Amino acid sequence: MSERTIRDRAAIVGIGQTRFGKSLGLSEYEMAVEAIWNACDDAGMSPRDIDAIVRYDMEQIDEEQLLAVLGNPQLRFFAGTSFGGGGSASVLVLAASAIASGLATNVLVYRSRARGKYSGYGKDPKQGGRYWEKLATTLPGLNQWHVPQGLVSAFQEMAMISMRHRIEYGTTDEQYADVAIAFRSHARRNPNAVMRMPMTREDHHQSRMVSDPLRLFDCNIETDGAVAMIVTSSERARDLKQPPAIIRGGAMAAGSHHIRLSNLFSRPWEEESPVRVARQLFEMAECSPSDVDVAFFYDFFTSLVILALEQYGFAARGEGGPFVENGGLEWPAGRLVCNTNGGQLSEAFIHGFNNTVEAVRQIRGTSTCQVEGCELAFVAGGNTDPTGAVILRRA
Amino acid sequence: MNRDQLITRDLPLPQPSRDNAPFYEAAKRGELRFQRCSTCGRFRHYPRPVCPHCLSREFRWELSSGRGTVYTWTIVRGPTLPAFQHKLPYNVVDVLLDEGVHFVSEVLDCSPEEIHPNMPVTAVFVPVGDDITLVKFRRAGSAGS
Repeated sequence: MSERTIRDRAAIVGIGQTRFGKSLGLSEYEMAVEAIWNACDDAGMSPRDIDAIVRYDMEQIDEEQLLAVLGNPQLRFFAGTSFGGGGSASVLVLAASAIASGLATNVLVYRSRARGKYSGYGKDPKQGGRYWEKLATTLPGLNQWHVPQGLVSAFQEMAMISMRHRIEYGTTDEQYADVAIAFRSHARRNPNAVMRMPMTREDHHQSRMVSDPLRLFDCNIETDGAVAMIVTSSERARDLKQPPAIIRGGAMAAGSHHIRLSNLFSRPWEEESPVRVARQLFEMAECSPSDVDVAFFYDFFTSLVILALEQYGFAARGEGGPFVENGGLEWPAGRLVCNTNGGQLSEAFIHGFNNTVEAVRQIRGTSTCQVEGCELAFVAGGNTDPTGAVILRRA
Repeated sequence: MNRDQLITRDLPLPQPSRDNAPFYEAAKRGELRFQRCSTCGRFRHYPRPVCPHCLSREFRWELSSGRGTVYTWTIVRGPTLPAFQHKLPYNVVDVLLDEGVHFVSEVLDCSPEEIHPNMPVTAVFVPVGDDITLVKFRRAGSAGS
């Protein structure tokens, strides 16, 4: 193939994970190994077959630790994404690029996380707890512009972004609840999901307001777990044991980092990174949002799912709220079936990686909320800035 | 050392650097100053050596009117850092200054129910240490503004 593109060049051929739970009492290292071993089994490969790794930037199990356990691997390519949740789909763009360029054969992408509130494996200070609690007391970087003012975590940043959406479009608590309830209904059918109790509208509204306008039930759950995937070339994928999830297209974008709200709010809509990603992605994949059979948004907050629908072109600008009403995202008959695993809101919070493996299951036809005849799955990373997204297709 | 001992308890403070020292020096004097591009005239925040609009490296630190409106906000209800626990619930706002700059801060003496979109505010200056004065806001027309 002489055309310079990643379209259709790579496929996800192995998925693996640990179980998910509030506090598993395992180290991130142990969980990473378990997920990776399971992904390799699923792909019918040995860990020794891995010759490339793409790391997610918040990952604390780095290449060096993995190299020590992967049976003397000889990596030819290694890379990482930047900026947290925006990178959860971008890891696949990097993997596909490595394969398309011929620099890698079998790429490992993975995420291992022990952040459950009560998680405390040994005395390692990095295990457990909230990332924002352990700041320095003098801040030389860009954090200095908001932390001293009391804005200390992503929760509050996203709350401010969400509040702005309400100001502009009148988005409501009811619409937030619609998202939470839809994804919880999916989780109830998913034995891997951590939160499976039914959720009513009243449950949502009565959950604690954490940072206006966002309540506890608007936010992803806190869990431990690990997920891994093996990506290889589409040609090689044909000979492996699982139906491949071909990466039809992928795109990344960065422009005005959300943490520094001052940049984010000064950019016009057309230049926002999720909007640009959608343009690039659908052009590469030669399809449009209406062709997508199942979508996976990075559901760190219900309100950001509503915004994502607009940014990625599934709903008109300002219409994300009405889109989710009346079971709009709910399997099987919703306007756009989304996050069939229960998402980050109800299955587990593994920085979107568990959403991606569920997208692979949809392509394989093995989801617990299977979309009939699923051909195209859309997966997006965190929709602030930077971000990325991929489209997976059946072979 | 366990996790509890690692939680930040002191008030986290900015550490001025060569790039942003003029902002903090001005704040100490009771002035809100932003970089203003000498080529295209746009104000910008946070400080940086180049204009993001026209790429000019020429700029001056100019006085802001300190007037703006609330563009968005949140009410933090917890959890938060120990240094901020006593303030709960408290607001964090993004103020759109008249100069066109977005600035994250807090509106003092303003209850959660009183904050609303486009609320006019003016800058005030709150020393929090020997070297650092933070820029906060009050509702325009209220005492102290």
